[in-house]
Amino acid sequence: MSKTKVIEIEPLTRVEGHGKVSIHLDDNNQVHDARLHIVEFRGFERFIRGRPYWEAPMIVQRLCGICPVSHNLAAAKAMDQIVGAPRLTPTAEKIRRLTHYGQIMQSHVLHFFHLCAPDLLFGFDADASMRNVFALINLKPDLAMQAVRMRKFGQEVIRATSGKKIHGACAIPGGVNKNLSIPERDALLKDMDQMKKWAQGALVIARDYTLENLSMIERFATFSSSYLALVREDGALDLYHGALRAMDGGGNLIFDQADYRNYGDFIMEEVKPWSYMKFPFIKMRGRIDGWYRVGPLARLNCSGYIDTPEAAKALVEFKSLTGGRPNHMTLAYHWARMVEVIHCVEKIGELLNDPDLQGEDLAVKGDRAEEGIGVIEAPRGTLIHHYRVDENDLITYCNLIVSTTNNNEAINRAITSVAKSHLSGAPRITDGMLNHIEVAVRAYDPCLSCATHALGQMPLIVEVFDTSGVLIESRTREK
Amino acid sequence: MSRHHESSGQEDSAARISFTIDGETCAAIAGQTIMEAADGAGVYIPRLCDEEGLDPQGSCRVCTVKVNGRPVASCVHPVGAGDVVENDTAEIRGWRRDLVRMLFHEGNHLCPICEASGRCELQAMGHRFETFEADLFPYLQPVRPVDASHPDIMLDTNRCIRCGRCIRASRDLDGKHVFGYVGRGINKRVGVNGIDLSHTDIDLDDMAAALETCPVGCIIRKRLGFFSPIGRRLFDMTPPGTAIQKRKGNSK
Repeated sequence: MSKTKVIEIEPLTRVEGHGKVSIHLDDNNQVHDARLHIVEFRGFERFIRGRPYWEAPMIVQRLCGICPVSHNLAAAKAMDQIVGAPRLTPTAEKIRRLTHYGQIMQSHVLHFFHLCAPDLLFGFDADASMRNVFALINLKPDLAMQAVRMRKFGQEVIRATSGKKIHGACAIPGGVNKNLSIPERDALLKDMDQMKKWAQGALVIARDYTLENLSMIERFATFSSSYLALVREDGALDLYHGALRAMDGGGNLIFDQADYRNYGDFIMEEVKPWSYMKFPFIKMRGRIDGWYRVGPLARLNCSGYIDTPEAAKALVEFKSLTGGRPNHMTLAYHWARMVEVIHCVEKIGELLNDPDLQGEDLAVKGDRAEEGIGVIEAPRGTLIHHYRVDENDLITYCNLIVSTTNNNEAINRAITSVAKSHLSGAPRITDGMLNHIEVAVRAYDPCLSCATHALGQMPLIVEVFDTSGVLIESRTREK
Repeated sequence: MSRHHESSGQEDSAARISFTIDGETCAAIAGQTIMEAADGAGVYIPRLCDEEGLDPQGSCRVCTVKVNGRPVASCVHPVGAGDVVENDTAEIRGWRRDLVRMLFHEGNHLCPICEASGRCELQAMGHRFETFEADLFPYLQPVRPVDASHPDIMLDTNRCIRCGRCIRASRDLDGKHVFGYVGRGINKRVGVNGIDLSHTDIDLDDMAAALETCPVGCIIRKRLGFFSPIGRRLFDMTPPGTAIQKRKGNSK
């Protein structure tokens, strides 16, 4: 019987949440499988049952400290249906959009600069002491300061609309609980020009990195896949609201303008025994071929255009790289992410100049319904919240398909692809090799705490076992 | 003892006495409780089970003060001429902190997801006494079903601190007897006069005072949660005791 060695990377570093990777090697040190394991479980879908529905947006935002706004809004969109408010007041929708754009901006900036920039600027094989945000602060202090201030701006947008930078309260069923005062607006407006300049600068870094390293990037976890995203009725990128569009690897539409309240007709979920994260797939493509990618890359692939000028130009340039066909490069997520940052900054600028934000008509309600489904494009991709509520206003059912969950199969494939190209046949596994695996995972900006409800951070442990469970090699490094 | 905090024409003829709180000389009327006298003098004594307009109960003990060196519940203890009252001392703050902590550990008080956050007196006491360490006592994590059977009102006794204010308000102000204690010892809890709220045959007007007086998120009006934005909630601007402290200098 041939022996299999298993290498574990636990936990993954510079991602949100706690997960591990296992890489399976045969006798000849050839990689035959690699998996992302989600080993923690939180169970929000269960313990939200029995709670009143108006608590849901507040409870579920505690899934995460990075994008609580996304969960708050997705749940609120579902609750809009529960309270019979299919259309919000202009003030309510624009306040929600404003906070959402602030959320995506700060999350993308955090990911690009704090988590990934060390890999992109100093190299995947750089010494571990260089692969962190502190090296960025030491070697590129101006860039690090930009990153901090851009993220702060996004957080300030959230605070102005939600009362707090993290875990505030903005959306309520049928609307929002506050508008934006003139002083709050002016405090944000004064930084707009600077944010636009810095967002352009970040886009240039991400674009130039992609173009300068194109031959490597085209071979690094690049694979054809389907893509899923919300798009506006006219096919434009819309991060807050729209209908579902899915396309295959050739750019052909699998479905389009699908009402997300019928998501169950298009998407199913599979459970595998080695992970607490489910595997969703597009129903009509089947369990094997139905997997897809979400997030910035999927959104740009699925969107026909962007309705803000600078981001529109950036999208054209992004799409020209692949001749208008879907871009399949895992590392192109970074470029796509920075296109979205520009879009968010432009949208925030538009909204701040809109007098509707000072409107007083904040919430509406109509005929009560028993079921609500809210979908939003969170920073990491399509986020689906589904609730049922009984006649006493208590939640009886909750299903969350979180952005990272949608990318589950894609992340596994990215890991396998990089493991095969970088680890197969290697006589010895180096720290740099393992970082390549993490670079592939990191590109998706997975939020494992959201997807799996994991908490905590631990030192990285890599252990190599033979099939009888004997430890062959073990390495530990502190995060 | 008369209903405290009421003023009447008889006060003029009542015997006036003086006492000290934390060294400060205050005037009182014979027969007042220490808390009444302190309130009148603009000195706030923290409390949970007591509220102006309700008969005092003396159960939460958060209002404990020392009178002439002896700890008493100030909401039920009559003030005496020449009494030396200690209120805001490190020792007494420590007792109050422990009492408030035990309430947090006894129920399921999840401020981050509670709609009473920002207007909750327990939370305000938690902030006042800096009860931030979570490891002093075990969390009992009781499992108490939510009574959402009524169309407009919900009862979540996971958040009940058994102050009994709803019982007194319902009985004495609403005149309805909707609430009462059931069970004994650690299992004592607030219950409704019926199988559940829907069987009590009450509407919102019938329990206006009881609903209003709940200091936590136990008795809530349905569908209004989180309408107040953070920063503009009741205690964001005026924490408990603000109105009493404003009386300082205006007292007789």
